[in-house]
Amino acid sequence: MIDAYEKAGGDKRVLETKDVAKLVVHENKVLASDDIKGLKIETKESKSGVSVKLTVEEGAKIAHPVHLCFGLLPKEGKQEIMMKVEAKDNSDVSVIAHCIFPNAVKVIHKMDADIEIGAGARFEYKETHYHGESGGIEVIPKAKVSVAKGGVWQSTFALSQGVVGRLDYDSEVVCLEKAVAELTVKAYGKGTDDIKIVEKIYLNGAGARGMAKSRVVLGDKARAEVRGETYGNAPYARGHVDCMELVNGTEAVAIAIPIVSVTNDKAKVTHEAAIGSIDRKQVETLMARGLDEDKAVDVIVRGILK
Amino acid sequence: MLEVDKLQLKLNGKPIINDFSLHVDKGEIHGILGENGTGKTTIANLIMGTNNYQPTAGRMTFEGQDITKLSVSERAQRGITLAWQEPARVEGLTVRDYLSLSSHNGQADQIEQYLLTVGLEPAQYMDRDIDATLSGGERKRIELASVLAMRPKLAILDEPDSGIDIVAMPRLLNGIIEMNKQGSSVLLITHSERVTGIAHRVSILCAGTIIRTGPAAESSQWFQKNCLTCPHINEPTQ
Repeated sequence: MIDAYEKAGGDKRVLETKDVAKLVVHENKVLASDDIKGLKIETKESKSGVSVKLTVEEGAKIAHPVHLCFGLLPKEGKQEIMMKVEAKDNSDVSVIAHCIFPNAVKVIHKMDADIEIGAGARFEYKETHYHGESGGIEVIPKAKVSVAKGGVWQSTFALSQGVVGRLDYDSEVVCLEKAVAELTVKAYGKGTDDIKIVEKIYLNGAGARGMAKSRVVLGDKARAEVRGETYGNAPYARGHVDCMELVNGTEAVAIAIPIVSVTNDKAKVTHEAAIGSIDRKQVETLMARGLDEDKAVDVIVRGILK
Repeated sequence: MLEVDKLQLKLNGKPIINDFSLHVDKGEIHGILGENGTGKTTIANLIMGTNNYQPTAGRMTFEGQDITKLSVSERAQRGITLAWQEPARVEGLTVRDYLSLSSHNGQADQIEQYLLTVGLEPAQYMDRDIDATLSGGERKRIELASVLAMRPKLAILDEPDSGIDIVAMPRLLNGIIEMNKQGSSVLLITHSERVTGIAHRVSILCAGTIIRTGPAAESSQWFQKNCLTCPHINEPTQ
């Protein structure tokens, strides 16, 4: 588990550090769980997974990022994570999550998250997946997030190592007055990967801001549908949908569906969606420095997904 | 070092480059001076092999080897490179990454020196992405730094002065001279006589062909007298 964690970009020394809050879950077993002052992690094992409650106390400023590790090492299995997050008013925390399934042949990983960000709180969540090369995995992360007045929710989901398999990502955020939501999803589809991404931001409070960003690269016969939705429902709400899908295979299919809606005459929501092949000039720029074409494409793809 | 012999290019049946011949000596800064639309960027692409341009006739040799049909990478691996008039922007690629891969993993302090040479402070730029957040002038100077980092045998610089402000221009010209001092020959393609002032020889380009080659000062005078007043757009006057 630790080896796989490191392959996914994790630092195993962090898991041994006392002043870092952490949670390590394999299949439906909690292997490690450490609180720190101001942050509490409660868990309950079930037949198919683990329920997690993460609470950040009011005003708590957590100095070091919290580390979460969810994984399943056997070739087959199912892991369901029920996550309840409560970041109380004026708290501040960063969470780094690694989801590792290095041997998956027939694995389902589901995560249902219910997240409440309090007034003036900031919560940053970065989730990185590491999959093996078999591709027999379904990843189904769902999140419903509410951000109170002046709160900030920043999430990044990255699935660019190993084969995606089937990804069904769905995140919905409601922002109240002057709240901020920044959602980023990055995925690299190859083989017959099937990627579906839905990012929804409701800007319901005056001065709320939201950004739904996605970066998807597709090769071989991979397919992706990205739906970015932003709703400006309050005065001075500002939202933007930014979707880029690059197709690097003759049989890959990319679909982008940006939806922008405004119901208040002082709100403004914009979108940009770009789908196409990798820019030839970018490739030639790197080739002119001596890289062969495959390496040049790889550098560009890694940059987009970084 | 570089020999270009009677190169021709037709696009959609229209001649763009006509019997273009040129030689660039080892250690030389060779300027190509021409007005807009004379084929300057097309020549840069033909020599580098970029933009899918393949000559319809003629050949190019570099250090005695025919490069006419080589890929961009193969030409670069032989020591030729190109700095574009409008360099590409690559999301997620930092200046540090770009200079490092250009130098084929050169030392960090050397890489920083290349930025300083073109007048950019490493601490402010190394970790920035080469994306739309850079101004055109900043991007151009980073492009020149990446060519310096590569230490090519021949650097083709397409309009290196475009988008460069008057304060940064001396830094840019200094960078090109430095590149030449560290051993690179330079093919300097521009419409600016100020830029070709640092060249050893300058060729005048008109309608896709070289109509005159000589020392920089002489060529500049000839260009002013004949090209700037020429009523025939892209038609050779002699």
